[in-house]
Amino acid sequence: MKKRYVIGAAVMAAVFSAQQLAAEELSIVCSNEQDWCDLMTGAFAEKTGIDVSMVRKSTGETLAQVRAEAGNPKIDVWWGGTGDPHLIAAAEGLTQASGVDTSELLGWAQKMSEISDGRTIGIHLGVLGVAYNSEILAEKGITPPACWKDLTDASFAGEIQVANPNSSGTAYTELATLVQVFGEDAGFKLLAEIGKNVNQYTKSGSAPSKAAARGETGVSIGFQHDMVKLKKAGFPLEIVSPCEGTGYEVGGVSIITGSKNLDAAKKFVAFAISAEAQSLGPQVGVYNVPSNSKAVMPAEAPDPSTIKLIDYDFATYGSSATRERLLKRWDAEVKK
Amino acid sequence: MPPSAYNFTGHNIMKRTVIHWLIVGFVGFFLLPWYMVDGGFFSLAWLGAFGEQGNGSGAMQVFSHGRSWLLGPLLALIGVFIALFVVKNSVKSAKTIAAISAAGIIYTALQGLIIVRAGPRLFSGLLEGSAAQAGQIGFGTGVLVLLIALLFILTTSFSAMGKGRGDAFVVGLIGLIISLVSIFVFFPVAHILISAFQSSDGQFSPLLFFPRFFSSDIWGLGCLTFSGSCGPAINSLFLAVMTGAGSTMLGLSFALIFTRTGFVAKPLLRVLTIIPIITPPFVIGLALILLFGRTGAATSVFADLFGAEKTRWIYGFQGVYIAQLLSFTPIAFLVLIGVVEGVSPSMEEASQTLDANRWQTFRYVSLPLMRPGLANAFLLGFIESLADFGNPLVLGGNFSVLSTEIYFSIVGAVANPSRAATLAIALLTLTLGAFLLQRKWIGKKSYATVTGKADSGRHAALSRGVKTACYMTALPWAAFTALVYSMIIAGSFVRLWGYNNSFTFDHYIRAFGIKFGETWRFTGVAWDSYFTTLTIASIAAPLTAFVGLATAYLLVRQNFAGKSWFEFSTMLSFAIPGTVIGVSYILAFNFPPIELTGTSIILIIVFVFRNMPVGVRGGIAAMSQLDKSLDEASITLGANSYTTARRVIAPLLGPALIAALTYSFVRAITSVSAVIFLVSAKHNMATAFIVGRVENGDFGLAIAYSAVLIVTMLAAIILLQLLIGKRRLRRDDRVENTAKPPVTGEKA
Repeated sequence: MKKRYVIGAAVMAAVFSAQQLAAEELSIVCSNEQDWCDLMTGAFAEKTGIDVSMVRKSTGETLAQVRAEAGNPKIDVWWGGTGDPHLIAAAEGLTQASGVDTSELLGWAQKMSEISDGRTIGIHLGVLGVAYNSEILAEKGITPPACWKDLTDASFAGEIQVANPNSSGTAYTELATLVQVFGEDAGFKLLAEIGKNVNQYTKSGSAPSKAAARGETGVSIGFQHDMVKLKKAGFPLEIVSPCEGTGYEVGGVSIITGSKNLDAAKKFVAFAISAEAQSLGPQVGVYNVPSNSKAVMPAEAPDPSTIKLIDYDFATYGSSATRERLLKRWDAEVKK
Repeated sequence: MPPSAYNFTGHNIMKRTVIHWLIVGFVGFFLLPWYMVDGGFFSLAWLGAFGEQGNGSGAMQVFSHGRSWLLGPLLALIGVFIALFVVKNSVKSAKTIAAISAAGIIYTALQGLIIVRAGPRLFSGLLEGSAAQAGQIGFGTGVLVLLIALLFILTTSFSAMGKGRGDAFVVGLIGLIISLVSIFVFFPVAHILISAFQSSDGQFSPLLFFPRFFSSDIWGLGCLTFSGSCGPAINSLFLAVMTGAGSTMLGLSFALIFTRTGFVAKPLLRVLTIIPIITPPFVIGLALILLFGRTGAATSVFADLFGAEKTRWIYGFQGVYIAQLLSFTPIAFLVLIGVVEGVSPSMEEASQTLDANRWQTFRYVSLPLMRPGLANAFLLGFIESLADFGNPLVLGGNFSVLSTEIYFSIVGAVANPSRAATLAIALLTLTLGAFLLQRKWIGKKSYATVTGKADSGRHAALSRGVKTACYMTALPWAAFTALVYSMIIAGSFVRLWGYNNSFTFDHYIRAFGIKFGETWRFTGVAWDSYFTTLTIASIAAPLTAFVGLATAYLLVRQNFAGKSWFEFSTMLSFAIPGTVIGVSYILAFNFPPIELTGTSIILIIVFVFRNMPVGVRGGIAAMSQLDKSLDEASITLGANSYTTARRVIAPLLGPALIAALTYSFVRAITSVSAVIFLVSAKHNMATAFIVGRVENGDFGLAIAYSAVLIVTMLAAIILLQLLIGKRRLRRDDRVENTAKPPVTGEKA
C-alpha cells in the first residue's frame, strides 16, 4: 500500500518536473506589417528552437502598454515600427541596451544606436514622400506635384490629405522635415500654405495614402513603403520624392527593461539586424530599405541614391522639448 | 455559488450556512496554493511540487516558509468559529462574526497590497523578516476561495442581523456584486482617473484639474456662432443625443412591426435588425465610404444623374451619425422588443372598451407603458455613441469627438495621460447627466403589465398613421442595411474592394486555409485568433448575462441603502472608452496582489464587466413589467427568494436573457479598443488581428475575416434563440384584425 503510494508520487513528480523543463521562451510585440511579423518570428523560431510568441500592435499602443507594464513587463522584445517611440522609450529607461554587434549596419542605423546608448537599433529606413492618384488628377486636369512647394498651388485646393502631427508620428516626421529643409519660420509658412489645400488632418499616419488610393483625396503625404504597397496592390498611385529633399524614419528594435528572457531577446535582436533575416522582406511585400549593408535590397524600395535625402537630426527633433514646442506652433499657425 | 437562502431569521440556519462556508475557507487556507502557480491552477503542476514555497498553501506559507503575517486570515476563520459556538445570543453572535469576517477580508487584501514583489512598501520596520523582504507574487486560488468564503460568512451574518429583510440570498448577491464591481471597475478606473489630478511630473495637485476640465479645448462652442469648431465634448454630446434618439425611434418601429402588424417577411427583417451589431469595427465605416465617399457608388450615380459635383460630404458628423445609427439600432431593438411584447393586451382592451381609438390607445396607454424600455434604449444608444471609437476614426473627418481624442491622448505621438483622464471625466459627466435624466423621466410610476392574470393575448393593432410611420422608417432602413451588408459580403470575394472587382477566393484561402493530407492542418493565418475569440466569447457571455441580470434583479426587486449609486456604478465601465479601460486594467492587474495581464482571464473579465450594463438595462426594462404580486405569490406559497428568482422571474425574462447573451457574446467578438492593450501573443483576438490588417491596407483579408465572423455570430444567435425559446406570456400572441382569423378555442 505504502509502496504503491510512493511509486505513484514519484511518477507524478517526474511528469510534472518534465513539464517544468520547457523550452526557452520569448515574447515579442511586432509593430511591422503582419505578414512580415509572421515570417520573421517563424524563421527565428525555426533557426533557434526558441518558443516564440508574437502579437502585432501599433507603435503608440505598444509604447502605452510598455509604460503601463514598467516594472513587471510581459514583453521581451519590441520589434519594428517608426523609431521615435523607440527613442522615447529609451529616454524613459523603458528599454535596455542589447550589446549586439552593429558593425554590419549602415550609418543611419548605427547612429540610432548611438543616440539611444544602444537601447534601440535601426532595422530599416522608410522615406517620406508624396503620392497622387493619377486618375483623379487627370480627371481634374491638375499637374502632378514634384516638389513640396508645388503643393501650395491653388489647383490642389481640397485635394491634399495628411495626418495630424499631434496624433501621428508620420505627420510629425513631415513637420520636422520641412522645418529642417526650409528653416523653422519658412517651414511653418509653407505648412500653413499647404494647409489651405488640406481637406482633412487624419488621426492615423497611413490613412491619407489609403484615401488617395481610392480617390477619396487626390494627394497624400506619408511614408513611401505604404504607398508602394498600395500601388503594388493595383491602385492608381504615383509616388513622388519631393525635389527639395525629404526626410525619413528609422525603424527600431529594442529589448524591454526587466525582460525575463534576456538571452533569447538578445538572440532575436542579433537575428533582426542580420543580412539573412532582412533579405527575407521582399517575399512578403516589405519595401523599405534594410539596415544591414549586406542584405538584399528589394527592387521596389525607393533607391536612396536617386532621392535627395536630408541629414535628419533625430537627436534634436526626437527630443520631447523640441517636439512640444513645434507642435504648439503647429496648433497655432497651421491647424484650421 | 450563492449561499443557500432562507427567508426567515434563525440562529441555527445561519449557523449551518456559516459552517459550510467555514469549511470552504479552511480548504482554501490549508489545501490550495496561496500564490499564483506556474502554468495555471488547472495544469495541476503545483501538486507535484506542493512543498516548494511558490506552490504551498496559506498554512504552509505560515508554518514552513516563515510568512507569519499570513496567520491573519487563519485567525479570522478561527475567530468566526469561536463566535459561532461561544456567543449564545444570536444577534450578538451575528454581529461578532460580521466584524471578524470583515476584518479578515480587509487584512487579507491589505497585506497583498502592502507586501508586493519588491517587499513591503509600508511598515517596513514591522515586517523585517527575510520572507517579507523577499516580497510576494500575485494571489492564487487559495486566497480566492478564502475570500469568497469570508465574504459569504459576512453577508450571511448581515442577513442574520435582519438586514435585507433577513434574506441571506439577497444579501449574499448584493455583497458579491458590490465586491466584483469594486475590484474590476472601481479599482482599475481609479488608477487612470487619478492622473487628471496630477501635474505632468506626477505630483498630486488637485487644483490643476479645474482649468483643465473647464478648458474651451473641451467645451468650446465655436460652431454655434460659426466662428470655428466646437470642443469634442459638445460634438460628442450632440452626436450622442441624436444617435440615442434616432436608434430608439428606429428600434421602436421595428419592435412595433414585429409585435403589432401582420408583416410577411418577419424572419428576414429579424436578421437585418440583428446583423449590424455582429459587425466588426471599421467594416461599416469602410462600406459607407465605398457607397457615399467621393468616388463611392451612390455618389457617382447621384452625380451622373444630377450633374452635381462629387464631394466629400460623408466625412464629418453626417457619416458618423449614419454609421452609429446602423450600429446601435439593433441594441435599441433588442431592449424594446421584449418590452413592447410585454405590454398587456388587457390595458389596451380596456382603453378600447372605453371608446378610445387605436391612435389614442397607442398614444395614451401603450406608449407610456413602454417608457422603461424607451428610456433604457435611449441611454444605451447615448452611451454607446459616446464611447464609440471606430466610426469617428474612419468617417469623422475634422469632426472631433471625446473617444478619439482620448485614444490619441494615450497612444498619439505625444502621450498625455492627464488630458486623457480629464477627457474621460468629461465623458463620464455626460453619462451621469443622461442617467439622471432618464431616471427622472421614468419616475416612480409602476409599469407592471405582466401580472399573472389571464388576458386574451390580442394586442391592439396600430392605427393607420402609426403603422405607416413604422413602415416608412423601418423598411427603408432595413433595405439600406441589406445594401450595406451585401456590399460587405461581395467585398470579401473581390480582388481589391471598390477598385478591382474581379472575383477571387484568395482572401478566404489565406485566412482560413486548411491543408488536407495525412493529418489535416489549419494553415490559414486567422485560425488561431478565431478559436481564441470564440472560446473567450463563449465563456464570457453566460457570465456577463448572469452578473447583468442578477444586478438588475437587485435593482428592481430589492431595496437597500445606496441603491442609486450602485446602479450608476454598474454603468461606469460601459461608459468609459475602451482605451481607458484597457490601460487601466494593465495598471491595476499587472502587479501583485492581482496579476492577470497576459492571460485569457483578463480578457474574459474585461468583457464581463464592460458588457454587463446591457444585461442590467435590458433586465431592468423587462423586470419593471413583471408585477411584484408574482414574487409575493411564490413567497406566500413557501418558496424562498432564490427559488422565486430562478423559477418565476428567470423564465419570464427570456427576451432579456437572449438580449444579454447575444450582446455579450457579440461584443466579446467585435469590441476592439479595450482589448487591443490586453491581447497578448498567446491570446490574440480576432478584432485586434483585423485592425492590424486594416492598418496595413490589407482590406480583402480583413473583410473576408469579418464576413466569417458575421456568419459565425449569426449561427450562434439563431442557435441561442432556439435553445432558450420564446417565453410564453399568454396562451397565444396575436394582433387583432390580421388577415388570418384568430384561432379560438382549444383543440378538440
